[in-house]
Amino acid sequence: MKKDRIFWGTVAPLAAVVSSLLLVSIILILRGANPIEIFQVMISYGFDPRNLVSELNQTVAYYLAGVAAAIGFKMLLFNIGIDGQYRMGAFFGAVVGAAVSLPPVLHVLLIIITAMLAGGLWAAIAGYLKVRRGVSEVISNIMLNFIAAAIIAFLLGEELLGILPEGSQNVQTRPIPLSGQMPTFKMFNGEVYSFLFVAIFVGIAYWIMLNKTVFGFNLRATGLSFRAARSSGVNAPGMIFITTVLSGAIAGLVGLGTLLSDTHSYSMAFPSGFAFTGLSLALLGRNHPVGIFFAAFLWSFLERAAPVLEYEGVPPEIVIVMQGTIVLSIVIAYEVVARINLRQQQRAVGKANVDLVKESK
Amino acid sequence: MATESKVHVKSIGKAKILFKSPARITLLIAGLFFILALVESLTGATDISSPGTSGATLRFAIPLLMAGLGGLWAERAGVINIGLEGMMIVGTWTAAWFGYLHGPLMGFVAAAIFGLASGFFHAILTVKIGIDQAVSGLAINLIAAGGARYLSGVFFPPVGGDRTVSPPVDSFPTFTIPVIAPILESIDAQNIFFISNLAGILHGLTKDVSLVTIALLLLVPLTSWILWRSKFGLRMRFSGENPMAAESLGINVYRIRYVAISVSGMLASLGGAYLALVASSVYREGQTAGRGFIGLATVIFGNWKPGGVFAGSILFGFTDALRVRQSESVMSLIMVAGIVALVLSIFYSINRRWKPGLISGSLALVAWWIHQRVDVIPQEFVTVFPNFATLIVLTFLAQRLTPPAMAGMPYRRGSE
Repeated sequence: MKKDRIFWGTVAPLAAVVSSLLLVSIILILRGANPIEIFQVMISYGFDPRNLVSELNQTVAYYLAGVAAAIGFKMLLFNIGIDGQYRMGAFFGAVVGAAVSLPPVLHVLLIIITAMLAGGLWAAIAGYLKVRRGVSEVISNIMLNFIAAAIIAFLLGEELLGILPEGSQNVQTRPIPLSGQMPTFKMFNGEVYSFLFVAIFVGIAYWIMLNKTVFGFNLRATGLSFRAARSSGVNAPGMIFITTVLSGAIAGLVGLGTLLSDTHSYSMAFPSGFAFTGLSLALLGRNHPVGIFFAAFLWSFLERAAPVLEYEGVPPEIVIVMQGTIVLSIVIAYEVVARINLRQQQRAVGKANVDLVKESK
Repeated sequence: MATESKVHVKSIGKAKILFKSPARITLLIAGLFFILALVESLTGATDISSPGTSGATLRFAIPLLMAGLGGLWAERAGVINIGLEGMMIVGTWTAAWFGYLHGPLMGFVAAAIFGLASGFFHAILTVKIGIDQAVSGLAINLIAAGGARYLSGVFFPPVGGDRTVSPPVDSFPTFTIPVIAPILESIDAQNIFFISNLAGILHGLTKDVSLVTIALLLLVPLTSWILWRSKFGLRMRFSGENPMAAESLGINVYRIRYVAISVSGMLASLGGAYLALVASSVYREGQTAGRGFIGLATVIFGNWKPGGVFAGSILFGFTDALRVRQSESVMSLIMVAGIVALVLSIFYSINRRWKPGLISGSLALVAWWIHQRVDVIPQEFVTVFPNFATLIVLTFLAQRLTPPAMAGMPYRRGSE
């Protein structure tokens, strides 16, 4: 049974990637390009040591977004608010980090805790609305994403929390002093964020929390069946609220790798779109910490290797289409596999019943 | 306890009567205009009732309306369509490209066809295969955005466009309604209290109108008629409220949903086409700017009714129009809201309903405070007003909303 699960768990994502590669190949052939050549160029460019480093750094952010989404998924929550939560976390982490001066390690810790608090509190709004008002978290989070972006754009105004550095067009927060920065370490001749270790820690903590603690058990139980969990004494609404906040807190960490090791300040140049990426990665990685890592790496690999398509005369945005089709195929694959399994089980039960009747005769 | 609930029922009944009767609604709207006229003559900011604002409001409202009607069709049949944004992108791109090749009318036709196809795609994924409706919608958003950018890069540069902008497309001819529009304009110019303000608004709605605008506006009563007067509409609402019961009465829920979601995609796509062909005359990357999501918000705001969606899109289109015009208007609008809150508070206090009276009273105080203390409302906040308003409605009026019971829930034929 367990073997079966692992088999389907790996076959379905691979099938999804392959089928999306096929689709992209068709598009490329229509464009008059040779898909195999293009994929070769992408692979050789993407595995170039210099690019591997930036992919790894991007993977850190995507990984955290994926874990944040996965925590939600375990509770059947669709946390599309990761975008807003990540913004809140990165922004307030940057503001608080620049405002205080503390000894080195404490300073970084304070920024990390602030970011988690900001992300968690922002998510708490959606959690409250879900638990107390019965508002779908999808709708409230979509609205909250827009509102978060507006609040930060407003607070970044020059007379408030933002400054305009000389020779720059981008308004940003005051820079975090040296004590609040995280070092990078050398790998493949590049600078890898040491926030990578925080991401690894989060992944391990997520796994332990889910599989080895009472809290994790209650979380999974509530996700599987709200009513059953409730009647066995779990505070199910409370669990939904806490899970939402936890997911938001992890989402608050998404931007910190870049913030602490690279830019040292928040600006409007921070990318958006982490919500859908995180959800896709959690789906692709089956909510498993290791699976999410591979999915996150695949995502940043595709994005990093995309610009090289330009030289081949193919608009690099094809990669976005590819990501979208990967997600769709994976979800479809899971659905189909689940249905086949269900049918097999039904058949097995039916056959057992027939045998039983025959025996009794 | 008993008396309390009786009072409550009575007051709800009263509120219902107040808002239901057409005469009262007219009176209420007239009252609102009166306050508006008062504020305008007090502050001297005349932009709210200027013809430019009302014309722009209509132009900004139509795309939201189309997205909202699209969301309404899908949700009434029981499927949430998060992919509205992507379907609007499909509309902007196809309208611009086919409009460039064969003229704006063909652009609209192409947008309708491709929108129908994108809706059908969502239907296959959610109805036939049965994947999560939100995942499907979001994937459609991603694929449409990426696909449009890819295709722009392939098709537009060779014909004089850019990688992000299409070549200019002929726009639709507009016309000014004869006789009425000039009369309204002259009244507006005379600066009579109240009457001129009203004339200004109407003048904006009667000059430089596009036939497309009128045609798309007619979709509101049409949707209303289909939903509440036709056999298909009844079945559609039935599959949104209780698909199992519908199925047991011989209704083909799958087929109904296929049709409804396809139409949903077509409507959203037409909204996109309007953006590309009427509100401007090019396709530009990021043109939809989250309007699909605001369309989703108008569905909630309008309580899943076509008229409500229309009202919501006018309100949100109005904020959109103000955003690109002047910030003083926003300030005088807050003054209007404050006065309305004050009037409501007095009304509630007379009826001895202290809680809503207190709430609206404090709202009036907040409005007064903003008016006294804040110089300019930051543009960022004006932009997200629709999102904020929707969140507030969901928070405080969630019990009054009547969404289709099974919208967003997975449904498989023959399962429980």
